[in-house]
Amino acid sequence: MTLFYLIAAYLISVVIFFNRNRILNYSLIVLFTILQISFTIYSCLHFKLTEIYFFTADSLGLLLLITLSIIVIPAFFHSYLYIKRHNESAQSRGIYFSALVILLTSISAAYLANHIAVLWIFTELTTLSASALIYHHRNKLALEGTWKYVFICAISITFVFIGILFLSLSLQQASSNELSYANLVANGKNLDPFWLRLAFLFIFTGFTAKLGLVPMYTAGIDAKDKAPAPAAALLSSVLMNMGFLAIFRMHLVMSQTSLLHWSNIIIMIAALLSVFVATVYMTKMMNIKRMFAYSSIEHMGLVMIGISVGGIGYYGAILHIILHSFVKSSMFFQFNQLYRVFQSKSIYHVGNYFKYNPAGAIVLLIGFISATAMPPSGLFVSEFLIFRGIFEARYIAVLIGVLLMLTIIIWAFGKSMFKILFTPPIGFNESGVPVINPWESVFQYALLAISFWLGLNPPAIFTELIKDAITILPV
Amino acid sequence: MINILLIIFIVTLLYMSIANRLVTYIRILALQGFILFGVTYLQLQEINGLNLGLIMLETIIFKAIAVPLFLANLIKRNHITREAEPYIPHFLSLVIVTFIIVSTILLANSIKDTHLDKIFFIVALSTIFSGLYIIATRRKIITHVMGYLIIENGVFILSLAVGNEMPMLVNLGIMLDIFASVLILGIFLNKIGDVFKDVDVDQLDKLKDY
Repeated sequence: MTLFYLIAAYLISVVIFFNRNRILNYSLIVLFTILQISFTIYSCLHFKLTEIYFFTADSLGLLLLITLSIIVIPAFFHSYLYIKRHNESAQSRGIYFSALVILLTSISAAYLANHIAVLWIFTELTTLSASALIYHHRNKLALEGTWKYVFICAISITFVFIGILFLSLSLQQASSNELSYANLVANGKNLDPFWLRLAFLFIFTGFTAKLGLVPMYTAGIDAKDKAPAPAAALLSSVLMNMGFLAIFRMHLVMSQTSLLHWSNIIIMIAALLSVFVATVYMTKMMNIKRMFAYSSIEHMGLVMIGISVGGIGYYGAILHIILHSFVKSSMFFQFNQLYRVFQSKSIYHVGNYFKYNPAGAIVLLIGFISATAMPPSGLFVSEFLIFRGIFEARYIAVLIGVLLMLTIIIWAFGKSMFKILFTPPIGFNESGVPVINPWESVFQYALLAISFWLGLNPPAIFTELIKDAITILPV
Repeated sequence: MINILLIIFIVTLLYMSIANRLVTYIRILALQGFILFGVTYLQLQEINGLNLGLIMLETIIFKAIAVPLFLANLIKRNHITREAEPYIPHFLSLVIVTFIIVSTILLANSIKDTHLDKIFFIVALSTIFSGLYIIATRRKIITHVMGYLIIENGVFILSLAVGNEMPMLVNLGIMLDIFASVLILGIFLNKIGDVFKDVDVDQLDKLKDY
């Protein structure tokens, strides 16, 4: 089934690319959605079974795959609206949807990959397809964003490759030199520490481009700014989850060796710097999309702090990354409606959104409450667990620093969001404002509702899966 | 023989640090492709014939012929000026690249690992760092691409060092090559030439956090 899924999905994307007929195009998209969902169900039924050597649906991969399959439906719906409103030519529509299908398929395959090299190959494919999405508008700024994204991702993917080479050198004392995660974890004690250190540094640095962490986070910001909002929603949710998964799997390997403490310090430094960078930029940010993107950087920093402190932090981190993908994708979907009303990305020209589109304004308000992790949002629960993890690990200085920075972020984010929602914009001409159909926001509400439900009252199977994903980690 | 080829490879790095015209850069890249072709043949004797053939075909076609020709064509068509326009003087570049090479030699000698093929390690690391250095100090986008190609050559040499035990990694390195060629060269630089008439990184500063 995995092989069938991959072939069918790539075939669909090729047909979409060359096809110019609108009806056929959208029926293929529906077909792909059905394929994606049935593949997810199939993976659930074949939990922890290996297919065509390289794909295993383990707990974390499965959780993220289900997350992706839920976000796929609103993503296609909003892409459809976006393309329809912009009067796109058949060619640019074909390229857009084809790239979207390749991106989603590659991310799904990367989630389930049990071999570091296979994960690496699919990461390459995501860079290719994401760059086509970022370049969608074909103007100078989009080109600049795409160029930066491509170049930084190319460098970081090379870094990951160097890391894989060093990892293979570290395996020389081990019984088998296969680079699958299962083998690496089983041979944890036999890995050569010198090469493993180098390997971890390179692999971690490389995957931060996808995760959105210091040092390689810059590429993702420009990408989310220039990509169409439905695509940006995917870049800031499921693609970031892929980077998280890659680093988490490497962390699992490190946890079996004597270098765990050292690698935790590296992750902690990168994560703290990310939260710091997000704090600094969010206080001055005037571009709404970039503000959302920096908020994602902040959340990724928190997640990685949770990973590095361990204990209950592991659970909180995985819960946080799943809830964050629902909330952030919902906010990016909402951005399109905001843009239709005001025709501007800048906070200067935007305001009093409640008057023009109450349904959308409520989405932004709930999204803001979730993104700043105020109770009763689902993210409050996960963030609270991460803070408990920091406290129990006795990193009091870190805790105080992070809390201070988060306070500044809440202030900065709140200042901008309340300007968007309540303060009337100066010199805004109301006559041309389109009426937004409230039903267009229905999927955004659904995503937010899922994040509340999973945070406040998680089903037993969900918590079981998260606990299973972190069983081999030391407490 | 491998050692001679690898030392020539290092010398090309020194030459590249003082080269002035873009055509020279392209010639050096082509020469590096041919050197890698030779090194691949001499080094990977133990892996099976079909795979070796594939790898060698890739090095000769992509690294030595197609990519340099494409770059030359690109420069001609987009009327890119012939100078590389570095930020810092050539003499200093030469000193810095020499410093990079010397420090990688010292680094490699401090590693006590009997499995390690030292000359491969030295050449690979100094190539990677020189590529980064060239990216950091040249002004044009096309020289950035060339710097990236140099980094990739370095990574390829590193993968050759473990190639006999794990041929799969060399194949992955080739995938990286093809990926970069398709992405950066095939689709992309064409468009940059069309939209930005004079291809300088200084023009790519419109996207910022304001």
